[in-house]
Amino acid sequence: MLEIRNLTKTFGGLAAVRDVSTRFEKGRISAIIGPNGAGKSTFFNLIAGLHRPTSGQILFEGADVTGLRPDQMAVRGVARSFQTTHLFDKASVLDNLIVGHRLRTKSTFWDVLLNTRRLRDEERACRAKAEEVLDFVGLSSVADRLAGEISQEERKRAAFALALATDPKILLLDEPAGGVNPEETAGLAALIRKMAAGGLTVCLIEHKMDMIMSLADTIVVLDHGEMIAEGPPSSVQSNPRVIEAYLGADYVAA
Amino acid sequence: MNIFFQQLLNGLTLGSVYSLVALGLTLVYGILHIPNFAHGALYMVGAYMAFFATGSLGANYWVAMAASAAAVALLAVLSERLVFHRLRHAPPLHDMIAAIGLLLFLEAVIQAVWGADFRRLPSPYPQIVRAFDLTAPAQRLMIIAAAFGLMAGLHLFLKRTILGSTIVAMAQNREGAALVGIDATRVSMLTFAISGALAAVAATLFAPINLIYPAMGHLVIMKAFVIIILGGMGSIPGAIVGAMVIGFAESFGAFYVSTDYKDIIAFALLVLILSVRPQGLFTRGVR
Amino acid sequence: MSNARLPTRALLAALLLLAALFPLAAPNGYYIYVMSLAFIMAISATGLNLILGYTGQLNLAHAGFMAVGAYTVGILTVDHGVPFWIAFALSGVSAAVLGFFAGLVSLRLKTHYFVIFTLCVGFILYLVIEKFEGLTHGTVGVIGIPAPPAIGPVSFETPVAQYYLVLAFLCLALWVMHRIVRSLLGRAFVAIRNSEDLAEALGVNLMRTKLLAFVLSTVYAGLAGGLYAGFVRFLGPSIALESNTFDLVTYILVGGIGTLFGPVLGALVLTWVTQSLQFLQDFRMIVFGPMLILLVMFFPQGLIGFVQERRAKRNTREKAAPAHREARANA
Repeated sequence: MLEIRNLTKTFGGLAAVRDVSTRFEKGRISAIIGPNGAGKSTFFNLIAGLHRPTSGQILFEGADVTGLRPDQMAVRGVARSFQTTHLFDKASVLDNLIVGHRLRTKSTFWDVLLNTRRLRDEERACRAKAEEVLDFVGLSSVADRLAGEISQEERKRAAFALALATDPKILLLDEPAGGVNPEETAGLAALIRKMAAGGLTVCLIEHKMDMIMSLADTIVVLDHGEMIAEGPPSSVQSNPRVIEAYLGADYVAA
Repeated sequence: MNIFFQQLLNGLTLGSVYSLVALGLTLVYGILHIPNFAHGALYMVGAYMAFFATGSLGANYWVAMAASAAAVALLAVLSERLVFHRLRHAPPLHDMIAAIGLLLFLEAVIQAVWGADFRRLPSPYPQIVRAFDLTAPAQRLMIIAAAFGLMAGLHLFLKRTILGSTIVAMAQNREGAALVGIDATRVSMLTFAISGALAAVAATLFAPINLIYPAMGHLVIMKAFVIIILGGMGSIPGAIVGAMVIGFAESFGAFYVSTDYKDIIAFALLVLILSVRPQGLFTRGVR
Repeated sequence: MSNARLPTRALLAALLLLAALFPLAAPNGYYIYVMSLAFIMAISATGLNLILGYTGQLNLAHAGFMAVGAYTVGILTVDHGVPFWIAFALSGVSAAVLGFFAGLVSLRLKTHYFVIFTLCVGFILYLVIEKFEGLTHGTVGVIGIPAPPAIGPVSFETPVAQYYLVLAFLCLALWVMHRIVRSLLGRAFVAIRNSEDLAEALGVNLMRTKLLAFVLSTVYAGLAGGLYAGFVRFLGPSIALESNTFDLVTYILVGGIGTLFGPVLGALVLTWVTQSLQFLQDFRMIVFGPMLILLVMFFPQGLIGFVQERRAKRNTREKAAPAHREARANA
C-alpha cells in the first residue's frame, strides 16, 4: 500500500538516504533497522512529509504523494509517532488526545463563533474517538490524569493513541519502545500486533533487536543511507552484509 | 564626486558600527541559540559609561572607551550568570521574555540616573581630513579604522588562539565541544564578555557623531538583528557582510531616496528577503 | 479542556457585579478613567494571548496592530467625517487585513526568526505612522477624535457611560475568546504551541491554523485600538512602540499565559499597582523588568495558571485514584 521508489535525500551534498526502494504491505509489520546514522529517521521523515525528497517517488495506495506536507499525509492516512512525545503536561491525557481526530472534522471558525450543531457534534465525536483509542491502547484508567504525571510506558501508549485517533491506514512508529524496560517492551509489542491484526499497516524504527525479530514480518536494513538488505527476520539475520554493518556494535549476534 | 564619496564614507561608518554590534549578537546566538534582545541595551549602557567617564570623571576618550568596554563586559557576564544560564533548559520563549525584561530594566535604570534628555560626547578628533579633492571628518575615519582593527583582532583571536577556538567549537557543536572537554560555562561567560565589550566600543566610537539617550539602542539592535538574519544567525563573516550591506543601503538610501525613511530601508529589506528566502541569504535550508 | 474552563458561574457573576458597581464606589472620575483604560488594554492583551499563550508565537508587533486600529478610527472620523461606529468596525478590519499579509510572511518563520520579524514589522508600523504625515499627522498626532455617539437611546458622553461601554466590549471579547479556545480550533492552537511537528503530524495545517490565530489576535488589537481612539480621543505615534507590546506581555505573564482570564487579571493588577505607586510611573520598568525575568524563572504559569494547575492536580487525583489500580490489573 506504501511504495517507495528510488528515494534519495541529500543535505548539503551528503546523502542521508540514497536510492532506497521498498514497499510496505497492508496489515503487515515492517521494521527499519540499521546502525546509528544509517538514515532511518530521515527515511521516516521523508515518508511522513517532514522532509522533501531530493529525488524519488512515494506512492500511497497507488497515488503519488511525493512532496506532500505532513498534515496532508496525515489526512491521507499516514500517521506517525515521534521518539519523544510532546504532550501538554498540564492537561489530562484525554484532553491531549481529543485534537487527534480534528483532521476528520469540518467545522470552521464560524462554527466556533456561532457554536453550531455541527461543531458540537464533531466535538463529541472527537471526544468519543479519544476515549475509544485510549481504551484500545489500555489507558482508560489514566484518561483523567495529567499528562505530566503518567509513566514513560504510558506516554508511549498515549503516543500510539494519538496517532490512532487520526484514523490512519499506516502507522509510522519511531522507536516505540525506547526508554522502557523489557517487560513493558513485550506489552508494547503485543499492542503493535493488536494494531496490525486490526488491519493497520505498521512500520517502525527500533533498536531493540529481540523485539524486532519476534515482531516484524519484514525488515529493511539501512546503512549509510543505502538499503543493504530486505526480507523476513530469518533471512536478514543471516545476511553477511547486515552482520558486517553491525560488526562492533553491541547487538552483533542478536 | 565628493558627494558620492561622502555617502560611501557614511555607509562604511554605519557598516562598521553595525558590524561590531552584530558580531556580538551573532557570537552570543552561536552559543546560546537565543536572540539577545538586551544586546541593544548593552550598547546604550556602553555609550553612557563613556559619557560618564569623559564627562564626570574627566577621563581621556580612549581610557573612557576601555572603561566602558570593561564595565559592559562585566554587565554582560552578569546577565549570563544571573539570567540566561539559569534559563538554558527553559523554552525559548522564556529566554526571549527574560531578555526583554533585562532590556527594559537597563533602560529604566539609565533613565532614572541620567534622565531622558539627549546627551553628547565630544569628539576627540573634530578635525576634517583633506586628501585630493575629498574631505572626511577624522572621527568617521577613526570609527572605520578602529572597527576594522577590532574585527581583525577578533578574527585572529577566534582562529589563532586556543581560547578563541573553543568559542567556535562550541558554536558549531555543543555536544562535541563538551566531549573534548571544553568548559561550556567558561566559554559562555567569555562570549558574553566579548559581545558586551564590542557593543560598548561600538557605542563609544559612534557617540561623538550621534546622540546619547536611553532608547538609542532600539534602532541599532533591530538593525543588528536584520543583519544577522541576512548574514545567517551565528555566522561571523555573515554579520560583517550584512552590516556593510545595511550601512551602504542606508547611507545611499537616505541620500537618493528619502532621509525620513532611511531607517525603514533595513526593515523593508528584511521583509523582502524573508518573504523570498525564509532561511536568510547565506544559509542553506534544511527542508 | 481544563485550562479553558470557566470558573464557577457564581464567581463570574460576582466579578461582573463588582465591575458594574465600580463606578459607584470610585472616589472620582480619574479612577473610572484608569479602569476603563485597563479594560481596553485587557482586550488587547486577550488578543495577544491567543497567539502568544495559546499558539506559542511571540508577536512583538501587537502594539503596532493596535495602533493601526486606533489610527483607522482617528483618521476616518477626523479627516473624512466617517461615523464613529463604522470607523470602529473598520478598525478591526484594517488590522486584520494587515495582519493577514504580515502573518502570511512571518508565520513561515520559526520561533526567534518570527519574533525578530514581528519586532521589525512593529517598528515599520511605528516609523510609517511617525513619518507619513499626510495620512497620520506625524508627530503632531490626531486630535479631536469624537467620542462614541449614542446607539439608540444609550449615549456614551459621560465617562461612566464610556466605562460601561468598554466593560461590555471586554465581556464580549472574553466570551468570544472562551468559545475559541475551548473548541476544536483552540485545541489545534494549543497543539501547535506544544509541538509544531506533532501538530502537523496530526493533520493540523500549520500555516492556515497559525494564520487564523494571528489574524484573530490582530482583530482584537485593532478593535482595542479603535476603542482607545474613541476613549482617549488623541493619538500619537508612540502607541505603536514595541514597549507597549512589552507591557502587554507583562500583563499576560503575571495573570497567566494561555489562560482565559490571565491577561485581564494581569492588566488590572499591574495598572493599579503602577497607579498606587506614583514614583513608579516613569520608572515602572525598574520593577517590571526584573519581575519579567523572575516570572519566567520561577512562576512561568502566572497567577491564574498557578491556581488552575493546583485545581487540575487535585481533580485528576480524585478522579483517577480509585479507578487506577483496578483497571491496571485488568489491562
